[in-house]
Amino acid sequence: MEATRFVFGKEILEIAKTHDDFVVCNADTKACGIEAMGDLFPTRSYSIGIAEQNLINVAAGLAAEDFKVFACTFAVFVTMRCCEQVRNFICYPHLNVTVVGTHTGLQVGEDGATHAAVEDVAIMRAFPNMTIIQPADAVAAKAIAHAAHQFHGPLYVRLHRNPSPLIYDESYTFELGKATRVLNFGDDVALISSGIMLQKALDAAGALKEKGIKARVIDMSTLKPLDEDAVLEAARATNAIVTIEDHSLIGGLGSAVTQLLSEKHPCHVKCIGIPDVFGESGPSEVLYAKHRMDVPSIVAAAEQVVAKKR
Amino acid sequence: MADFEKLDVQELKDMARTIRQDIVKMVHAAGSGHPGGSLSATDIMTALYFNVLNLDPQQPKWKGRDRFVLSKGHCCPVLYSVLARRGFIDVSDLTTLRKYGSKLQGHPDMHKCPGVEMSAGSLGNGIGCAVGMAIAAKVRQEDHKVFVLLGDGECQEGSVWEAAMCGAHHQLGNLIAIVDVNRLQILDTTDKVMKIDPLADKWRSFGWKVLEIDGHDMAQVLDTLNYAKSIDGPVAILAATVKGKGVSFMEDVIKWHGAAPSEKELGLALSEIEGAAK
Repeated sequence: MEATRFVFGKEILEIAKTHDDFVVCNADTKACGIEAMGDLFPTRSYSIGIAEQNLINVAAGLAAEDFKVFACTFAVFVTMRCCEQVRNFICYPHLNVTVVGTHTGLQVGEDGATHAAVEDVAIMRAFPNMTIIQPADAVAAKAIAHAAHQFHGPLYVRLHRNPSPLIYDESYTFELGKATRVLNFGDDVALISSGIMLQKALDAAGALKEKGIKARVIDMSTLKPLDEDAVLEAARATNAIVTIEDHSLIGGLGSAVTQLLSEKHPCHVKCIGIPDVFGESGPSEVLYAKHRMDVPSIVAAAEQVVAKKR
Repeated sequence: MADFEKLDVQELKDMARTIRQDIVKMVHAAGSGHPGGSLSATDIMTALYFNVLNLDPQQPKWKGRDRFVLSKGHCCPVLYSVLARRGFIDVSDLTTLRKYGSKLQGHPDMHKCPGVEMSAGSLGNGIGCAVGMAIAAKVRQEDHKVFVLLGDGECQEGSVWEAAMCGAHHQLGNLIAIVDVNRLQILDTTDKVMKIDPLADKWRSFGWKVLEIDGHDMAQVLDTLNYAKSIDGPVAILAATVKGKGVSFMEDVIKWHGAAPSEKELGLALSEIEGAAK
């Protein structure tokens, strides 16, 4: 088990060895290991200090000079402390900056509310020109490092603090804007997950199968633009959807999916995520259980939407 | 680079009058905009675009050009006018300021208007972008300079000082910040809204070389800009100016931060600026 943030950072450093077409800006956090870039390539890594507004502005200036830039720090800072700089100086001028936000969701556990980015996707989703991707495990994080390197334009990569279970094998490929159907037991219900909640979705699908409910599981690794075809296909097949995310119920995956479905294919939906509250200190699994984001809660939500169909 | 005969001090003064007339005409035609801070920066901007900056209007993205970032983006009328008079855009474009479909957005858009290096409009950020551009030039060992123009009220933004610290930390010898010290902001004088003094001491203490000038003495403006270009930076030029300079009823009057002159006021302004030649 490895944390997505370190796998992503390590892979970016690997890519740096053979590609000299990008630089890194850091804001004095041990976010994803990419901070070591300066040891390998001193002229390609810039320390900006504890100054997130300037982190983004400097990244914008470098990008205006045709550098590809990775700007990395904790998600709670990079999407909020310098929110306006991301909007006005990365998204509006459509500059080639990958904003890397780590320590997302309740997985930061003990650090508590100030460090738990549970609104970051909602904020980044609202900006025109922004693309958002989130790996579900270490294999996906590695693939997403390559995708981010090849991407041109404003990009937000959402990463996670703690090691999480390995789901994919080396045959996994990441395609921007395309969801992955990870499991397909049948047409009773579709569980649409993003990020490291995928393992819980898979466990829930297994538990549902034992109860005679056939679920399919979809990994929405691109949060924006949403893979509308994948959502609509799942909705048409199942008419029962559960979304699962380690993010506020306001503005994230659940909001994107329900907005789409309410317009194009109204059906029974339950959204699993953090209610309209801040995080708090505690083991992440305790927090997930508190907010009904654990496997039994996903199973119960699936049973509810399936029951409504009948 | 296309041949360009740099203007001398007298020619710059003449050009500055044209620019000032453009500004009041543009803002009048738009019905809104920011004449005060555009007029205070006119002499500096004229010296930059018609003498100091290495530019090629035929190739706005020419790699060897000096970079200029307007950090106080609301003062884009003066930027648009110098870009037009220098040949980046047509002079006829100027009447489209703030209109639907115009390349001259209410605050500058780097993709819509040739010659605009960075989109702007939110204060305190252009200098950070300029730091990024200066780092880029330094690591690529390119010898062009990066200029950025800020307002004095803008120096109330904390991000200005994040960037100032960063410019000195990364020893950006190619970075020159000019502060248009016109002493007024939207609600009142800078002294009353949020005191920024001692401004020179602040820049010095952040590790910058500081040059203090009269921002309307064209000979001094020109000499100082060229001197700043010749020395190792980062350099901050603090230019004492008068908001609304050149139009008596706008000079040092807060209202003209963001107001459009009426038809009658426009006529008065144009003839005053014209009369300044005599």
